[in-house]
Amino acid sequence: MKVGVIVFPGSNCDRDMHHVLTDVFNLNAQFFWHEKNLPHDIDAVVLPGGFSYGDRLRAGVIAAHSPIISDVKKLAEKGIPILGVCNGFQILVESGLLPGVLLKNESLNFMCEWTNLIVNNNQTPFTNKLELNQKIPIPIANGEGRYFVDDESLSELKKNNQIVFSYENKVNGSISQIAGVCNSDGNVVGMMPHPERAAEKAINQIDHKPSSLIFESLIETVGMKN
Amino acid sequence: MSFQEHEKQHIEKNVNRKLTDTELQILAAEWSEHCSYKSSKKHLRMLPTTGPNVIVEKGYDSGVLDVGDGYVVTVHIESHNHPSAVEPFGGAATGVGGVIRDILSAGTRPIALFDGLRFGNIENDAHARWLFKNAVSGIADYGNCLGIPTIGGEVEFDECYKNYALVDVAAVGFGKKSKLIKNHANVNDLVLLIGGSTGRDGVGGSQFASDSLEEENRSAVQIPDPFIEKLIIEAILECRDANCINAMKDLGGGGLSCAISETAESLGIGIELDVKNVHLRESDLLPDEIMISESQERMLVISDPNNLSKINEICDKFRIQCSVIGTVKEDKMMHVKNGDETLALLPADFVARGPLVDREKSKPEYLSKLPSFPSSKSEIPLSDILLKLLSSPNIASKHWVFRQYDHEVGIRTVIKPGFDGSVLRLDNGKSLSVKIDGNPKHCYIDPRQGAIGCFEEACRNVVCTGATPIGMVDHLQFGNPEDPEIFWTFMESIEGITDFAKFLDVPCVGGKVSFYNETSEGPIKPTPLIGVLGLIEKSPLLPTPPTNDDVILVVGETKDELGGSEYYEYIHNFIGGVAPKVDFSESKKNMKSVLSLISKNLVKSVHDCSKGGLAIGISELCIFGKIGCKIDLSTSLSSEKMLFSESHSRYILVANKNNLDDIKSILSGDECSFSEIGIFSGDQIIFESASNSILELRVDKAENNYLNSLGKIIQNG
Repeated sequence: MKVGVIVFPGSNCDRDMHHVLTDVFNLNAQFFWHEKNLPHDIDAVVLPGGFSYGDRLRAGVIAAHSPIISDVKKLAEKGIPILGVCNGFQILVESGLLPGVLLKNESLNFMCEWTNLIVNNNQTPFTNKLELNQKIPIPIANGEGRYFVDDESLSELKKNNQIVFSYENKVNGSISQIAGVCNSDGNVVGMMPHPERAAEKAINQIDHKPSSLIFESLIETVGMKN
Repeated sequence: MSFQEHEKQHIEKNVNRKLTDTELQILAAEWSEHCSYKSSKKHLRMLPTTGPNVIVEKGYDSGVLDVGDGYVVTVHIESHNHPSAVEPFGGAATGVGGVIRDILSAGTRPIALFDGLRFGNIENDAHARWLFKNAVSGIADYGNCLGIPTIGGEVEFDECYKNYALVDVAAVGFGKKSKLIKNHANVNDLVLLIGGSTGRDGVGGSQFASDSLEEENRSAVQIPDPFIEKLIIEAILECRDANCINAMKDLGGGGLSCAISETAESLGIGIELDVKNVHLRESDLLPDEIMISESQERMLVISDPNNLSKINEICDKFRIQCSVIGTVKEDKMMHVKNGDETLALLPADFVARGPLVDREKSKPEYLSKLPSFPSSKSEIPLSDILLKLLSSPNIASKHWVFRQYDHEVGIRTVIKPGFDGSVLRLDNGKSLSVKIDGNPKHCYIDPRQGAIGCFEEACRNVVCTGATPIGMVDHLQFGNPEDPEIFWTFMESIEGITDFAKFLDVPCVGGKVSFYNETSEGPIKPTPLIGVLGLIEKSPLLPTPPTNDDVILVVGETKDELGGSEYYEYIHNFIGGVAPKVDFSESKKNMKSVLSLISKNLVKSVHDCSKGGLAIGISELCIFGKIGCKIDLSTSLSSEKMLFSESHSRYILVANKNNLDDIKSILSGDECSFSEIGIFSGDQIIFESASNSILELRVDKAENNYLNSLGKIIQNG
């Protein structure tokens, strides 16, 4: 199974994500520079965290116009699992692949801390091995992580079961404490917290298994298809 | 720009003609205290710099330590005090940028940042709060964007930094030994300038930093751009992997002047460069300005001409500029041209080795006038004192600060900020523990013992994680060195550090000296800062919260040493008394014994006992475990001394009762002084003396003060 990790200028969680995919979950992960094309036979795509283009103008907005995004859109339409983490989520939102926007945190500061996520949708390619309402101890690290949509879109999201993760507690002022959403087909998932920082025991002394299940869900999804 | 008499004589003796304006500008930058270390260089030679782990190569700006299995760790420390006192956001951010490029120059990837921040009294001084808030934001903005975790440091407030700021940043790098840049150059190699464009920002920065801060000179402060820095890091590491780099140096203080002359001097080569080829931010920049601009995010690279196309390809990928600005010559001269016109032509070693000076020293008069103890006795109940100390900005949790730093990126952070030493996992299964410590309050009262104490405290902190110290970096910050009394305090500090480094056999692998740290009210207190790196062969001792019935032991002796303590200064507003002294053999014995207890899995956790004394160390453990304790302090010392003295070489051990006998027999066998002082239980922190309760405080009250005070001061202030 081949997973593409997209690298934008300023991505900085690309190597972490690659390490977890390859060294922890034995997947064949490859880096793709944002000006390159994605192969047609790729099984999944990850947009990692970081500060693409130094967060200039607005987090994710310039990277959303990178050449590789048109390939990502084509793959998304084909139903290929696509995960955006942190800045990757911001890019997916800015490119229109996911609904909503990510605003500055309520504290107006960058926030790096551990929090608990609640699984609200366990039907996506990245959550199918998790239980509904399962808790995931996981770190966030962002300055613009406050998810927002208008009331109408929010009820759409709820109706379509597009809220994938929410924070257990009030963290940053996100509407409905939303931490991650998916597109209406469910194959494109974006989340602000960092599963790649929580899937190994050495760096997650609370419990690394729930975050591991995010990666194992992907293996299950793609494995079943192949 | 002016030269002192001995510098004028040095020029006349060595150069048989009138110097050009460009040459004068270059020399003024390179011979500034900041670049030439003219006051300190002779004395820094006393520090031990070699050891079994140390790798020495020509022209490294960072220390390199072998951590086995073909891997190395690099480390460097820098400060950006003057710029941060004027423009805290940009000053602190560019301080981070500079030290990272020093790590990069060795060919290693930066993997962690640490910062030591010092400001005036934030409780009553709005300007100090402004400096603090913005320096933290600057560090966060820069480090977070680069994806280099800031995983530790310290923050301290003291009146002596009023209207001023000390911003010290240490960076750690990691890489393969085989990929280290072995700085060398061949005749006709190309000299490249890679990265950001050269502008007017930071012109004359090193001279600005080599004088007392009398007026704010904003143009001397550099402008940060972390996005460019991130691209440079990735581009340079790709060039390294493609074997395109023969030698490399960061452009920092003194800009091109410094980088060119020092590179030529260290490699024994000549460099001819044309300022017309430097890529500029402003087209009307004058040649002299180009030579001394300290614009950030620039690297000097020497490469074989055959590698130029590969380097260009890599730089194009990252959309960063690469200019061929010169070539390597045999003549050992620094030759600066503007097209066909020669602007400067001087021997590189003449430029790089500024004339050193001998400074006078004399013991400061204030030292003999310091009172021995406070005149009035405190009537405040001990529990109120403890509660107040827990909310002192110097003791309270720094969570408000480190939550703004991405301390997880890179997925190496095993022990996160907020504990003793921070720990990073390395690719060979070992772990690296790092801590930086300073203590100007102790150093003011006793510069020698204070400096040794900072060193010992940093060692203790890495020992608490199970690491053996393998190297240290020092950053020595003082006022005007032309004042003999200040120079005396500098000499005391460096001699003390040298003595202890030799005794422990921990080499100094890098450092920096920063003088002229003066405010309108006078010089800062002596502020040496020591960073210690420790190596853990197996797994680190993870912080584990204490639980009911765990026993508490203290290794090391609590002495009558309240001088410079947080208790004297924050509670009594008193400066004086006897500062803690490190007993070298006790220090070594305790380190060794604690490490053997950790390796035998006999202790649950080990906590350093330092600022605020035993009372604070124990309280921190109670807050961590959300559990009370009962401690018996019966000794010959008074309660206030037992509780708040900041004696060194002490460790608080938390252990399961079942291991108590084994622990005691190891400590006795190693001839360590120790005592079993109590257990964890209930919801109150209770200290007793001769069976009488002397202090009782609810843990939740302690926790509230400890965790929330700093944030409240910032929010409400």
